[in-house]
Amino acid sequence: MGTAIRIGSGAGFSEDRIDPAVDLAERGRLDFLVFECLAERTIALAVGARQADQAGGYDPLLEERLRAVLPACYLNGTRIVSNMGAANPQGAARRAAEVARDLGLVGLKIAAVVGDDVRDRIDELEPFGQEPPPTEDVVSANAYLGHEAIAQALDEGAHIVLTGRVADPSLFLGPMVHAFGWRADDWDRLGRGTAVGHLLECAGQLTGGYFADPGFKDVADLARLGFPIAEVRDDGSAVLGKLENTGGCVSVATCTEQLLYELHDPQAYLTPDVTADFSTIVFTDLGEDQVALSGGGGGPRPRKLKVSVGVDDGWLGEGQISYAGPGCVERAHLALSIVDERLALCGLEPLDARFDLIGIDAVARGAAAVAAPSEVRARAACRMRTEAEARRIGREVAALYTNGPSGGGGVSTAVRPVIGIVSGLIDRTRVSQALHWEIS
Amino acid sequence: MLLRDLAHARTGDKGDVSNIAVIAYRAEDYDRLQRGLTEDRVRERLCLDPDQPIRRHELPGLKALNFVIEGALAGGVTRSASLDAHGKCLGAWLLGVELGD
Repeated sequence: MGTAIRIGSGAGFSEDRIDPAVDLAERGRLDFLVFECLAERTIALAVGARQADQAGGYDPLLEERLRAVLPACYLNGTRIVSNMGAANPQGAARRAAEVARDLGLVGLKIAAVVGDDVRDRIDELEPFGQEPPPTEDVVSANAYLGHEAIAQALDEGAHIVLTGRVADPSLFLGPMVHAFGWRADDWDRLGRGTAVGHLLECAGQLTGGYFADPGFKDVADLARLGFPIAEVRDDGSAVLGKLENTGGCVSVATCTEQLLYELHDPQAYLTPDVTADFSTIVFTDLGEDQVALSGGGGGPRPRKLKVSVGVDDGWLGEGQISYAGPGCVERAHLALSIVDERLALCGLEPLDARFDLIGIDAVARGAAAVAAPSEVRARAACRMRTEAEARRIGREVAALYTNGPSGGGGVSTAVRPVIGIVSGLIDRTRVSQALHWEIS
Repeated sequence: MLLRDLAHARTGDKGDVSNIAVIAYRAEDYDRLQRGLTEDRVRERLCLDPDQPIRRHELPGLKALNFVIEGALAGGVTRSASLDAHGKCLGAWLLGVELGD
């Protein structure tokens, strides 16, 4: 391969927009198009979906995304990497092969990366931080895999690589290691490549999404936000940008915000591949929505892999009701105190409870209204042991219509199962990765 | 002077840990952020418990401070009963803090 590769980011979460990825596939002159679609909670939900249907458990939008981008990717020689395999990478690969055949694309090699599911080794997990990993009510346990299996699949000619739980930046590092042949202990290059992957993994968050603040940080044409492209060189440095004639912006400010997103110690960003050092990274504005990344580095990878454990953790029941006009805050307070008292009278004992005034203190607990608001929405949300108990929360809020303060309106209620995510650690030698192949 | 006049912010979440990055618009304001935006100032603005662990990382090269707050998200995004379970609004809320002169 040449001296630089072009990697596009086609999705930053499972329900992300699809048309920006199609635009990238058609006009981006990409070598690789990567879709990051698997949040902490998504994989636990996917495990549940696979229990209900053995053929399911992969990303619900897999087919729609592939149908949209595959024709252009095939034409342009762009290879696809994604964690849309979720709880069933092999099932996802089979579906991808069917979609490709449907589109008349024959002979595509599709690799499924397996090995992240460690439910049968749950007793071996060590604590991550102070909390011991759970062993009861476990619905999922997935180790964060690194770039190795992805790079191997690309080495072996995969047109599409579908994984389950892989560290997000590793989805991008896999193509770099494949293209440049970086050694597994070339920590500086792996660290810089990880920084590039981290910048790309949330797609539009690098190109002006999640950034606009009118009058302070204006961003043009967010409805047509373009997704990012990185042109990465053999030394791990890169130029970040987006397609012409798309909305958004790429600047030192957008890149700095995204570099620090979900970062703890800037000198030790831990992934399965490397301990990356982001503290020495330098961004240089090249104009025309292009920013150069240089600096950065890394040190040896952690000895253990992080495991994300999903546990059944009860049910969340919620109810909301609005009040408006003079005295609305006092009436909303009264409404919530009535609900609180009703729960006690009915013998309902929440595991957690929130009583919020949306518009005043729902985000920052303890904040007070700075002036009399024109309206306020009261919210009661409680985590309960059972679904039946959780339904009672919404019902008690709805009962405020005829039994509560004056002028309450617009009740909404919701109930959902709660899956808690707790992290643990597992020895690397106890996790093995493997590839399974499908041909369209 | 509001923090918002000098800096922008982005909030991230991993499990029950929230991080808020505060980035100076202009390099010459970084010192002022460093002086004025202490861990205690952030703790107060976010109404955190006195014993809640909060750590400030300094990134002079990027004109940024990164605040890492453990246990900030009431059990994390999947478990929390909060309306904004990710805590995504916290960074913007922090920008409303008065920095003084």
